[in-house]
Amino acid sequence: MLTENQNLTLNHKPGHIKHDGHNMTGFIIFLCSESIIFFAFFVGYSVLKISSPVWYPEGINGIDVKMPLINTVILVSSSFVIYFAEKYLHKKNLWGFRIIWFITMLMGSYFVYGQYVEWSELSFSLQSGAFGGMFYLLTGFHGLHVITGILLMGLMLLRSFLPDNYKGGEMGVESVSLFWHFVDVIWILLFGLIYLWQ
Amino acid sequence: MTIVNYDPRLVKSKNPYPKGPNDWKRFFSFNTDAKVIGIQYIVTALFFLLIGGLLAMLIRGELITPPSDLFDPTVYNGLYTMHGTIMLFLFLFPILSGLTNLLVPPMIGAPDMAFPKLNALAFWLVPVFSIILLLSFFVPGGPASSGWWSYPPISIQNPLGQIINGEMLWIIAISLSGISSIIGAVNFVTTIIRMRAPGMGFFKMPIFIWTVLAAQLLQLLGLPALTGGAIMLFFDLTFGTSFFRIEGGGDPVLFQHFFWFYSHPAVYVMVLPVFGIFSELFPVYSRKPLFGYKFVAVASFGITILSLVVWVHHMFYTGTPMWMRNLFMFTTMLIAVPTGVKVFAWIATLWGGNIRLTTPMLFCLGGLFNFIFGGITGVMLATVPVDIHVGNTYFVVAHFHYIIFNTIAFGIFAAIYHWFPKFTGKMFYEGLGKVHFALTFIGATLNWLPLHWAGLLGMPRRVASYDPEFAIWNVLASIGAFILGVASIPFILNMVSSWVRGKAAPPNPWKAIGLEWLLPSPPPHENFEEDIPTVLNEPYCYGLDKPFVEDEQFYIEKSLKEH
Repeated sequence: MLTENQNLTLNHKPGHIKHDGHNMTGFIIFLCSESIIFFAFFVGYSVLKISSPVWYPEGINGIDVKMPLINTVILVSSSFVIYFAEKYLHKKNLWGFRIIWFITMLMGSYFVYGQYVEWSELSFSLQSGAFGGMFYLLTGFHGLHVITGILLMGLMLLRSFLPDNYKGGEMGVESVSLFWHFVDVIWILLFGLIYLWQ
Repeated sequence: MTIVNYDPRLVKSKNPYPKGPNDWKRFFSFNTDAKVIGIQYIVTALFFLLIGGLLAMLIRGELITPPSDLFDPTVYNGLYTMHGTIMLFLFLFPILSGLTNLLVPPMIGAPDMAFPKLNALAFWLVPVFSIILLLSFFVPGGPASSGWWSYPPISIQNPLGQIINGEMLWIIAISLSGISSIIGAVNFVTTIIRMRAPGMGFFKMPIFIWTVLAAQLLQLLGLPALTGGAIMLFFDLTFGTSFFRIEGGGDPVLFQHFFWFYSHPAVYVMVLPVFGIFSELFPVYSRKPLFGYKFVAVASFGITILSLVVWVHHMFYTGTPMWMRNLFMFTTMLIAVPTGVKVFAWIATLWGGNIRLTTPMLFCLGGLFNFIFGGITGVMLATVPVDIHVGNTYFVVAHFHYIIFNTIAFGIFAAIYHWFPKFTGKMFYEGLGKVHFALTFIGATLNWLPLHWAGLLGMPRRVASYDPEFAIWNVLASIGAFILGVASIPFILNMVSSWVRGKAAPPNPWKAIGLEWLLPSPPPHENFEEDIPTVLNEPYCYGLDKPFVEDEQFYIEKSLKEH
């Protein structure tokens, strides 16, 4: 069918559309949309806190800030660490990337562990009124994102052992790193909302 | 001078055209071609239109007499809930995704969507959540019965105490539908931003592309709020949390905010592409340039922005403070400005045009007429005193259906007829199309026009039995609904028989301007492949001496040759 076109001529250079390289655009659009779920939860938390006559469950006056504060410091610093991992990759220093990247994973895992310890020491549950539900919903939903981030980092780490995998593009690493910054920023907002605004 | 004699990728490919363009089996497979996915979406959605329509006729059958004699009121609650849910999430959203999938890549000159695999995934989620939703008919306690908006505390009662109940399946289905829509939206926005043909700046895009972009951005901004609300509702229903339970310190009105923050813009997600369809079709069938192209384009974004700040008008009578009512009355009325710009532009386009009354044009004109009517009742409903008077009556139902069916579904039918020859390669039967239009217009008007009176007189919505004084309006409405049911027969007959044995369609049967009309009918697998045209002007220069693309003659001859 196409061979019949031999006598058809084009008087200008045909245009070109990029077939790939859309992943980052798509991922950023997705993250913007994802942030709205958190935003909805934050608004819900604030509205319930302001309008509810009794906020904390019986016998509780507030939540301890010390443990979450350590967690916050760890998570926020991991955002800087991951930046250096990316730097190493750009400089084609693969082992530097792997080590720093793995340190970021460890910091993320420590955060999840800290969250687990905090949860197991709390005296209220998911069913303890609007606050109990909101607390576990927000920290749990964020925790799921942290775990997803760690798993994605693990995937990127494994992929770095494939020969020549990171020669051309580092799109996966860049996206995961962006996701990690996103998780970090959400945590800072969440920390302010739940732990500082008591 | 380039000689186009082969497609380089075809020669290099191991398996050129693995499935030929006429292989019907690809419609039943995980195919990543946007044109296949588009048709998959449309056919699936039309199937659910039949199911939703069947439920509607059952509802109208119940309401043709004042007492509740056909169904138990409990069953009736399930019927209208499922009717609304199926029509919105299984018919309207998927069919618009289908049209968008078919039209966006060819209209902007792209070979396919930006993420073809995700695109296929988004489609295949539709049958999954459809089955989940339909299965809820068979669980103990029946399907969700709290209306399509699922307000707590009614929705979280779970009287039988079953873990798997209709409401739970409803929430899961809606959430999966949300995931599918978000995947679709990321895909559409990325495709439109990054894959336009050379020369196609934003102000040379077809209006349909503008409206799709506006609608899909609205999905991305609004839908996560509903997802958030749905997660909390799910927790309340299943895990005994108290987000929306007063007794645990929660707030049921909070859910209404989450719900309407998305579900009001959702109406614009559906109506914006239809505005795009009107803007595409009126110039073609009146042979005139679209009046005020730039204003119509920008007005789409005016609607997007305004529609995010109007949701409280659904809650004027649920304990909303007066200042909030006034504020949202004002923002709601502001929406009349960008929509007014569009209506004015369409009428100005039609004015003095050389109008051809083909089936798609008839559906467009009918849709525009109904939209003006539904828009006026919309402004009435935005007024706080009127809304408090007629809120939760059949006036709201009638207004809503004037927009959702008489405008949006009319526009969808117009689009299906208009682009049917392009994507199937067959012409449809004009006579059957006109019969379909006549039956649809008469049925729709008879169905919903009388219900305005029933509502103004105070007939509440969502009841199986009513006072005999409303009987006459309901008899008329039921007759209209049955005529609408009959109208589906010529439509199905037309679509099936034209596709199977219709006359072959030329590349440009309507003499329309647009990149998709420079392609053969049906377009090849990757549309323009490597010879993507350079766009010079917006696609509405009817009667003007302005070329649409560079080297137009080449593309016209090429499409004719491959035809």
